Amino acid sequence: MTAAALRVRHELIGLGGVVERNWYLVKRYAWWEIAFFAWTVANSLTIVFIAKGIEATGGHVDINRLTTILLIGAVVWSYLGIVFEILVETVAWERWEGTIEYTFMAPLSRPVHLIGMGIFAVLYGIVRASLVFGAIAAMFHLHMPRANFVTAIVIVGIASVSFIGIGMMTAVLPLISPEKGTQFGFIGQGLMLVVSGVYYPVSVLPAFMQWIAKVSPANYALRGMRNAILDGAGVGAVWGDIWPLLVIGVVAVPLGLEIFRRGEIYAKRHGKLKRSG
Amino acid sequence: MTLAAPSIHDLIRVREAPAVEVHDLRKEFLRRDRNLGRFARKRRAAALKGVSFTVARGECVAILGQNGSGKSTLVRLLSTLLLHDGGSATVFGHDAFRETRAVRRLVNRVSVEASFFKKMSPEENLAYAARFYGMTPRETDVAIPEILAKVGFPTERRGEPMENLSRGMQQKVALARALLTSPVLLLLDEPTTGLDPRSKLEVQEFIREVRVEHDATILLCTHDLAEAEALAERIGVLDRGELLCLEPAAELLRRYDASTLEEAFFAATGRRLEDEEDDEDREVFA
Repeated sequence: MTAAALRVRHELIGLGGVVERNWYLVKRYAWWEIAFFAWTVANSLTIVFIAKGIEATGGHVDINRLTTILLIGAVVWSYLGIVFEILVETVAWERWEGTIEYTFMAPLSRPVHLIGMGIFAVLYGIVRASLVFGAIAAMFHLHMPRANFVTAIVIVGIASVSFIGIGMMTAVLPLISPEKGTQFGFIGQGLMLVVSGVYYPVSVLPAFMQWIAKVSPANYALRGMRNAILDGAGVGAVWGDIWPLLVIGVVAVPLGLEIFRRGEIYAKRHGKLKRSG
Repeated sequence: MTLAAPSIHDLIRVREAPAVEVHDLRKEFLRRDRNLGRFARKRRAAALKGVSFTVARGECVAILGQNGSGKSTLVRLLSTLLLHDGGSATVFGHDAFRETRAVRRLVNRVSVEASFFKKMSPEENLAYAARFYGMTPRETDVAIPEILAKVGFPTERRGEPMENLSRGMQQKVALARALLTSPVLLLLDEPTTGLDPRSKLEVQEFIREVRVEHDATILLCTHDLAEAEALAERIGVLDRGELLCLEPAAELLRRYDASTLEEAFFAATGRRLEDEEDDEDREVFA
């Protein structure tokens, strides 16, 4: 085997190791997983019941349609939250456990390390979001006769690349600021929630927020998925949402890696690449 | 094990170069004066002040120093976890700050804190660490029970969460983690601090074995004088970021006209090893 092939093999084994470790943690924290899942379902229900609440208070809405719109918002948002959270934990959890120095002094390239975290985040997020979607859709007897799930899956797949890229940018925050980094990551996530049209059309937002929404991948992912699930739109019909996702993804991943690289240099210069306490 | 194969050039360099060569190494950190409040300007505090030394291949060198003397900073610089502010450091001829990947393949460490994912088992923690060094599941299925048995860890407990294990057991797993990747340079940062006497002796015996069997070079940072004397060929005294001396124990005693290492340390630094550092600037740089 050539040196280059061995190097690739080594990186792939390391990437598998990152996914494997996260799986171990899911197993070892199984009760927390159940608690978080129950919390996500409960949280999504409180949002989805809004449609029935409007009718109960005299409003006239298509309950099935509005419930599905809200459910897609809640599920995509929980998916996005999982991807961000896991990527932010690349540093935060390792620092908390004290393993950060061993992981960061190991001969695995940082892009592979981060991409491994991203792959696990997407796999885990899709499984959990699908379970939440299925459970709530069954509870509300939602009818989605025209749903084009293939298009929805294509959109999730493409949007996930952008989410991973942006997640890498937020992952750097706990690296450069052990005390406040994770908190800033949550603030960033919250801002994206506001501008992305998770539960309402972006058109109702003030003009400056609509401008910010243009660079939020969640905005395009939500619109495309709603068109696919509610109106049965094919991949061609949602191209207007797919191409911005592709552009954001192509920019966000290299940018996220570069930001993380610079953050790591900063942390190494200022002695922040170490355990807490 | 299948780490990416080094080139012939690398192999020659590893064979011919000293294990560690440090020249005028300097590191500063920004520190805020606590007495001036939360928003006071930070100022530079030197953790290492122009440290120079060489460790030959296969040698065991101990560095003695109080807490805050710069021992851990030195280890973290050689582990590629810090960037220096001046001077140079090479590991088997590889620049520790520019050729980090090559250095990382050659180095592993054990520090005072065992540091594991506490809910995960020794087996899972070791597998995670080993993957980063290119070891496949098939390889670790064989290697992990072997290495755990070697460090005296009861292999039937390898599936239990780390949090259920004693401090001594955890430190044995930390040793196993470092050795699993067959490092040629082992950095030991107070590896036996906090262990009971029996565990301490077991760990020290294992360090001796590693030197013989793996032909490993060891840099041991400690404030345990007996440990330094028992394990190292040369002993250095690091005080407030300065390496005051580095020589065999007998020469150290002769130089300071002392009968024990403790006396020699006191003569060299004016302080006892177990005394806490009184300079706030130097408060545990690691």
